[in-house]
Amino acid sequence: MMEATELLALYERMALIRRTEKAAHDLFMSGLVKGTTHLAAGHEAIAVGASAALRPDDYVFATYRGHHHAMARGATPEECLAELMSRATGLCGAKGGSMHLTKASANMLGSYAIVGAHLPMAVGAAWSARLRGTGQLAVAFFGDGATNIGAFHEALNLAAVWKLPVLFVCENNLYMEYTPIADVTAVPRPAADRAPAYGVPGEVVDGNDVVAVRETVAALAERARAGDGPAIVEAETYRHFGHSRADPATYRPAEEVERWLGHDPLDLARGRLAELGVDKETLTAADERARDAVQRAVDAAKNAPPPDPREALTDVWADGGAAWRT
Amino acid sequence: MADVITYREAVAEGIAREMRRDPAVVCLGEDIAEAGGVFKTTVGLLKEFGPERVWDTPISEQAIVGAAMGAAMTGMRPVAEIMFSDFLACCWDYLVNEIPKVRYMTGGQVTVPLVVRTANGGGLGFGAQHSQATENWALTVPGLKIAAPATPADVIGMMAAAIRSDDPVVFFEHKGLLASKGAPPPPGHVVELGRAAVVREGADITLVALASMVPVTLTAASRLAEEGIDVEVVDLRCLIPLDTATVLASLGKTSRLMTVEENPYQGGWGATLVSVVADEGFGLLDAPVRRVAAECVPLPFADALEEEVIPTVDKVVAAVRSLAAY
Repeated sequence: MMEATELLALYERMALIRRTEKAAHDLFMSGLVKGTTHLAAGHEAIAVGASAALRPDDYVFATYRGHHHAMARGATPEECLAELMSRATGLCGAKGGSMHLTKASANMLGSYAIVGAHLPMAVGAAWSARLRGTGQLAVAFFGDGATNIGAFHEALNLAAVWKLPVLFVCENNLYMEYTPIADVTAVPRPAADRAPAYGVPGEVVDGNDVVAVRETVAALAERARAGDGPAIVEAETYRHFGHSRADPATYRPAEEVERWLGHDPLDLARGRLAELGVDKETLTAADERARDAVQRAVDAAKNAPPPDPREALTDVWADGGAAWRT
Repeated sequence: MADVITYREAVAEGIAREMRRDPAVVCLGEDIAEAGGVFKTTVGLLKEFGPERVWDTPISEQAIVGAAMGAAMTGMRPVAEIMFSDFLACCWDYLVNEIPKVRYMTGGQVTVPLVVRTANGGGLGFGAQHSQATENWALTVPGLKIAAPATPADVIGMMAAAIRSDDPVVFFEHKGLLASKGAPPPPGHVVELGRAAVVREGADITLVALASMVPVTLTAASRLAEEGIDVEVVDLRCLIPLDTATVLASLGKTSRLMTVEENPYQGGWGATLVSVVADEGFGLLDAPVRRVAAECVPLPFADALEEEVIPTVDKVVAAVRSLAAY
């Protein structure tokens, strides 16, 4: 069982993500974030719980719904919000945007917006870790929709054949964009039910319970590091916002929404903390720290400069430039 | 080392030279290890370097190239083989959306030093899905370097440059040249990417060719010399970086330009080259620019039909006569 101090830290990290996502939503609605956002409010326990089970040098690959993964690996609210707001101080210098948050210095190696494309990349990072003998693990986080794309199959098979230290963590929020995943998938558990086809473990976990996620990922990570190969985790969760932008998600039944909002990852963690004897004032203080940190981040991002237009012509090549001819 | 080496042997030799000097270089692909490659271009690598550096994969182009990308992002220098360049379409997402963009969209946080090698081109009667010259596909995407050597020495020298490059390189090995022979280059031979070679000097017309079109063009040039037409032949070697400087310099001498391309006329690499010439070298021209390229049809199977579609010595000779007479 997790100790109160560790769980409190995880709770505060989740609260920070929740506040950041709320801020991102508000900034989008007020026109300060252009393009699109895919918010992860509701998914916090998967990123934070899994991250708590990983080594700092493990590799994380995420999707366009990836703010929570960047932050779980140490990106600050300001770095993330500045990126969303097209500021020079953003995580990617405003070249990536909401869908491509990356913190390579923490081995959070990117958020990818082509569904499923990063699963083979995680396989390659795990292969690399094994070749270099580092004991590192790679984790690919992906949505339920990604389980029906070819790269999922190719990645799972190769990882299993080569017995690589890689975990495939599906964030099953029941909808592939606007369509119920159950309507377009041949098996009830889109990720876990496919595991037997690759001869790998497939575990279903309450993705809103940060303790359960941490324990499940820790056990499978240990197994993978020991050379016993990859595994699938299917973490059940729910989006608090729509798929993207201003999607009101009216395609979701009210009763379902109500049920899932009543199973909120922050509430669950609060309940566990209360059971561990953490008092209400301590939780309130954590909430206030998260709220204040995000408010400071919003203010800082608003005041940050836009990127120098000349930056558009940098970073294509490793020499920093963009020259295509000699 | 023998006095002569085939283009086919040069591929394995070029890879082996880099594997000897850098333990981060690893190979993966279908049938490349035990079988030595379906074109026998990786013969001997498994024996010399062992199964930890030379990996047979399933028929999973997305997993091959995606895993190479993940490995390249994490400290390795993978050399991935896609058996036929037509199959690049199976992993096109990686070559269009992932590999060339990840450095840029992360604001330079990530480097992808990998090589995707592939058997390219027609002339062997493999039909529409195993014969295409696809260098121009890659030319549409900023962020990929494109190498297409024409001689065994260039295979080795450009392979060295490609593997040592910190940028992703797509390396086209022409199937029609595999049996061709040449002198093996000395140890340490490196041909910088983006440096075209003037492989025949002449005063009347500049012919720019790539890969298998280089020997076709040289043969045509010899015939034309008998008629008193003095052709200069530029082997472009790479499409990116594109050596426009060498082409413009040659044009300064000859004032006439023709490209010889195996790809279809529509969207062929010559169009990009010629547009630069039209923009920056218009004053050098004494005649219209001509492009000899493949017909805009799928490649047919029968020799008589295939020869009708792709450029031949006769077609080049006829086109040069016409241009010389302008």
